[in-house]
Amino acid sequence: MSSADLTTDVARRPFTGRRARLGDLVLEGVAGAAALAACALVGLIAWKIVDGARLSLSTFGPGFVTRIAWNPVAGREVYGAASFLFGTAITSLAALLLAAPLAMGIALFLTELAPRAIRGPVTALVETLAAIPSVVIGLWGILVLGPQLRLHIEPWLHSTLGFIPLFGTPSPAGASIFTAVVVLTIMILPIVASISRELFLGVPQELKEGALALGTTRWEMVRGVVLPYARGGIAAALILGLGRAIGEAIAVTQVIGGGVFIHWNLFDGGDTLASKIAAEYQGATSKLQISSLISLALILLVFSLVVNLLAQWIVRRAARSHGGGTVRP
Amino acid sequence: MTKEPEDVSTTIEPTVRVETRRQPMPPRERLERVFQIENLTASYGPKPAIRNVSLDVYKNLVTAIIGPSGCGKSTFIRCLNRMNDLIPHFRQTGTIRYHGQDILARDVDPVAVRRTIGMVFQRPNPFPKSIYDNVAWGLKVLGMRDDLDGRVERALTQAALWDEVKDRLKASALSLSGGQQQRLCIARAIAVEPDVVLMDEPASALDPIATQAIEQLMHDLKRSYSIVIVTHNMQQAARVADMTAFFSISTGEEGERFGELVEYDATEKIFTAPADRRTEDYVTGRFG
Repeated sequence: MSSADLTTDVARRPFTGRRARLGDLVLEGVAGAAALAACALVGLIAWKIVDGARLSLSTFGPGFVTRIAWNPVAGREVYGAASFLFGTAITSLAALLLAAPLAMGIALFLTELAPRAIRGPVTALVETLAAIPSVVIGLWGILVLGPQLRLHIEPWLHSTLGFIPLFGTPSPAGASIFTAVVVLTIMILPIVASISRELFLGVPQELKEGALALGTTRWEMVRGVVLPYARGGIAAALILGLGRAIGEAIAVTQVIGGGVFIHWNLFDGGDTLASKIAAEYQGATSKLQISSLISLALILLVFSLVVNLLAQWIVRRAARSHGGGTVRP
Repeated sequence: MTKEPEDVSTTIEPTVRVETRRQPMPPRERLERVFQIENLTASYGPKPAIRNVSLDVYKNLVTAIIGPSGCGKSTFIRCLNRMNDLIPHFRQTGTIRYHGQDILARDVDPVAVRRTIGMVFQRPNPFPKSIYDNVAWGLKVLGMRDDLDGRVERALTQAALWDEVKDRLKASALSLSGGQQQRLCIARAIAVEPDVVLMDEPASALDPIATQAIEQLMHDLKRSYSIVIVTHNMQQAARVADMTAFFSISTGEEGERFGELVEYDATEKIFTAPADRRTEDYVTGRFG
């Protein structure tokens, strides 16, 4: 083919000839590999955990989940997850129960009530709370919060609300489920508050004005328009907070006190799945004990996964209801 | 631009045809005044928005506020129900007497003001609730719980929406068309039985057919309510308003720009024989 032919050909069809561009290829390769690696990692971790849990699960069967026992003494070894499941459930749910109204309060204050000048600084401070490493909060829990709760709050709650089983006799040890609950509350508060704040900021000004123009008060406007509008997102934020509370190990281990029993007394010690794993993994001696700890990890993983999926499902459902299209008859 | 103001009436070729179906207005001194606004000046921070606006709004009439963008029309109408209180750094001076009481006074509760003086906004803003709940919510919150269904139906009927939605009251308000949404917002506003309905460019986001429906609605509503409407659409003002106020932008001594009331008169007069050159320029389309 002569160069003249080429010229006329190119002149006639100037867009022909797809060339592989190096930059695009590299981008595709790197991005694809990163995405694949993330998927592979999840699979690998899941597989490793299931594999590690196998010994314990085959020894104890499904009864592992319901048994209240944790005895690593050689020859009399028996393990069960029930008390840790209970500990995880009660600490994270109680923390959520405490954090939810506080977080809503903070978020509403920062978006609707506070004078504009202090909104920025207070928002920054609340977000700083999220940046405190959990081991530091745990240390503070041991040194400051725990003793305070044991000396003042717990006896007071016991004497005034003692008829409720949750507020039983305070344990003299200073570490209790209640301390863990308060520590977890502090840890999930900023994340729930700052997501809720974003959600409230996202409520269209037009809707708020529409409500106020009817002659409603600020509180009526918040209750009738702001909260319903942000409802789905708030539920998701709370579940995200729950996820964090379920998985938190270090700070809980530091303050919860330990113990293998199910009881309703918040002021006594206990353990969660995560705190048990963190507290005992290093000292574990037998294969069965290690495998049982990994079984706890497996349960924790399933828990977290379910919570995460639940949050995503709620967000998606809320997004649909805002669109309004689905309710058209 | 050599015309003398005297022969304005003879030389104007109106671009806006004033419709004649409007009933002749009784003499102004016999009309009851809803608002007496005196020397209203409003600013956002250091930026002036309107200066020294004085005008009276009459009962059971439609009063239109027209003028170019940035002349403070919306600022003005939002002063009438203390809606600007929500905007940081907003300041206002002067008096707005509503049936004699100055609603800008310190001891006045803006919530109570808005309870009596309702508002419809530029963009339809139905709540993300059902059609029924959009109207019923305000009623419930304000304690008008007796005969809730009846009140909702009456409001929707008054807003000329009942027939279109009566079979799907539980459907989301967001499933309605833009024009229907705006009529729903009007229903929501009148359900709580205000005395005055303020409308801030209520049809500017709507198509011509929906606009027509809203305008027809205003004719019907003024029997029961006094209506103040901001519009950038002169034809609309000519079609719906009994009285028209023309706002314009002026430049102050320090070069600051602010809105002011140029002329306020019967709509017919504003569009056919305005007294001020600036009004004439605006309504004939030479400006804005």
